[in-house]
Amino acid sequence: MASIDVENVGKIYTGGVRAVSDIRLNIADGEFIVLVGPSGCGKSTLLRMIAGLETISEGQVKIGPRVVNDVEPADRDIAMVFQNYALYPHMTVKQNLEYGLKNRRTPKAEIEARVTEAARMLEIGQYLERKPKALSGGQRQRVAMGRAIVRKPAVFLFDEPLSNLDAKLRVSMRGEIKRLQRRLGTTSIYVTHDQLEAMTLADRLVVLNGGRIEQVGSPLDVYHTPASTFVASFIGSPAMNLVKGELHGDKLAIGPSVIDLNGYAPTSGAVTVGLRAEDLRLASEGEEALPFRVDYTEELGAQRLVHGSLGDQSLTIALSAATELSQDMRIVIDPAKLHFFSAETGKRLAGGAIVGAISSAAQPVA
Amino acid sequence: MQTKRTVFKSRLLPYLLLAPQLIITLIFFVWPAGQAIWQSFLRQDPFGMKDTFIWFANYTRLLGDADYMNALGVTVVFSIGVTALSMGASLLLAVCVNRVIRSQRFYTTLLVWPYAVAPAASGLLWWFMFNPSVGIIPYGLNYLGYNWNFRLNPNDAMILVIIAAAWKQISYNFLFFVAGLQSVPHSLTEAAAIDGAGPVKRFWTIVFPLLSPTTFFLAVINITYAMFDTFPIIDSTTSGGPAQSTNILVYKVYADGFIGLNLGPSAAQSVVLMLIVVLLTIVQFRWIERKVQY
Repeated sequence: MASIDVENVGKIYTGGVRAVSDIRLNIADGEFIVLVGPSGCGKSTLLRMIAGLETISEGQVKIGPRVVNDVEPADRDIAMVFQNYALYPHMTVKQNLEYGLKNRRTPKAEIEARVTEAARMLEIGQYLERKPKALSGGQRQRVAMGRAIVRKPAVFLFDEPLSNLDAKLRVSMRGEIKRLQRRLGTTSIYVTHDQLEAMTLADRLVVLNGGRIEQVGSPLDVYHTPASTFVASFIGSPAMNLVKGELHGDKLAIGPSVIDLNGYAPTSGAVTVGLRAEDLRLASEGEEALPFRVDYTEELGAQRLVHGSLGDQSLTIALSAATELSQDMRIVIDPAKLHFFSAETGKRLAGGAIVGAISSAAQPVA
Repeated sequence: MQTKRTVFKSRLLPYLLLAPQLIITLIFFVWPAGQAIWQSFLRQDPFGMKDTFIWFANYTRLLGDADYMNALGVTVVFSIGVTALSMGASLLLAVCVNRVIRSQRFYTTLLVWPYAVAPAASGLLWWFMFNPSVGIIPYGLNYLGYNWNFRLNPNDAMILVIIAAAWKQISYNFLFFVAGLQSVPHSLTEAAAIDGAGPVKRFWTIVFPLLSPTTFFLAVINITYAMFDTFPIIDSTTSGGPAQSTNILVYKVYADGFIGLNLGPSAAQSVVLMLIVVLLTIVQFRWIERKVQY
């Protein structure tokens, strides 16, 4: 068990390509941190620097009280689960599990006990004598997890461990990872590009973009108060609608339509307005509303996603499956649920919506 | 499984299309092999006027021939020596090149060059370097107190031919090892590094076992090379001497048949070699295709 401190860490590859810059992150003992972002955002690089598989170009990483910049991966007291599992193909499942312990000269009885325990926990007992080739994707994933667990490390590192599994298996393995981590209480860092995986697993989310941290916070904080248009469009499904608007005093103009903000306007001038699909609803008779032209719908069973346009800007709304649809509809949103972002920088503007818990920390933790 | 089939209208055409390859195989492989088998049952009189059919006498005499048994032993030592040296050296080079990131292609190109050198030329090259009168290596060894002379000392001669033969094969093995090493997923060595294995242990417990198909394939290829393709190297360096100490089976076939003009026994020896080739081929197909997997 250990905390992890990432202090001003950056990575510059030979040739001058900068992958990661100025990452500051304090991870508490036992916390489950998810690094999320699109491909190429530096999340894997950051994880590999913590693992010791990449050198750290700038700043330092501390695991517990110890600076590990120059410590070999083997001596950092970490275990890692790789995307392609990285099981040793010429060894049986049992040998795969034992390998790390044998290298550390763990006593035989202890190895036996830990392997049995991990096999029981992950329900892979009956495959111990098989080679990885004879296992299904889900079983291999379990073995890879087992190999991490038997070591009883201070930190688990997961590098997109579920992306090679089919959708159904991914959901069940996701639950299992979460349960295991709770039970073992091991500090974990998990890299994924799947925002749903990130939302469901994380104690705290770290959203990365272009090698920098965009936002750190609990999944709900990030969902309800995204710090930038990037985070807003990345977290949540369907993605948050972002439309251009203009603030005049307490009125918001989106295209030709104008709505009253009831004192929620943070500033004036051009802004980017964020509207969650699920916060939009159909207007009742006589209500002040925005005109919405339906383009096409996606049926999800419990709800339907209606894609269309608001003036000349596209918009998606989530409606209950029972809602009657017509070509032209009128929609409204509670002004408290609007998100405002600077039109120039894309940063969140104070004011606007704060739904649920009033949270302050939309800033990276120092 | 459905494969694409071409149907010829004429029944003659497919045979015609195969004919060039078949003719070459028949003239240059099957016919000489048949001749050798036929010859091995004959005894020729000293003037080449008359052949007598003597059944297996040539073969039984081989088994009782001390020189032949010596050649067999020499071949075993030589083949194992060449295979071990060339594979060991090329694996080492491949591992080194695999660690280099920037100039990998440059080194690979340089290391492949020796393969283009003709065997006789490479033999001559080493013959000069190891030559007791003018060579640089005996000169150096002399300072260390070793009096090198491959013309007199059988061990020196054996070492010389092994080095000369192995050197040529290193390039070939190297290419296969580099390809093999690059096909070992990076994440496996990373996982092993996190699992607490140092670089040496990682190599022997993870990388080397995963290379086993390549290693096995190369072992068969190298033994075949050492046994059958090293004739020019032996001929240009030691000519089988001193005192038969580097007289490998292939060289003995040549020496007995073409120098000694003793065709019957020489043919019998070449038939034995043919059987060895058949055996190696079977091993290759049986084992490489199926047994070596993980």
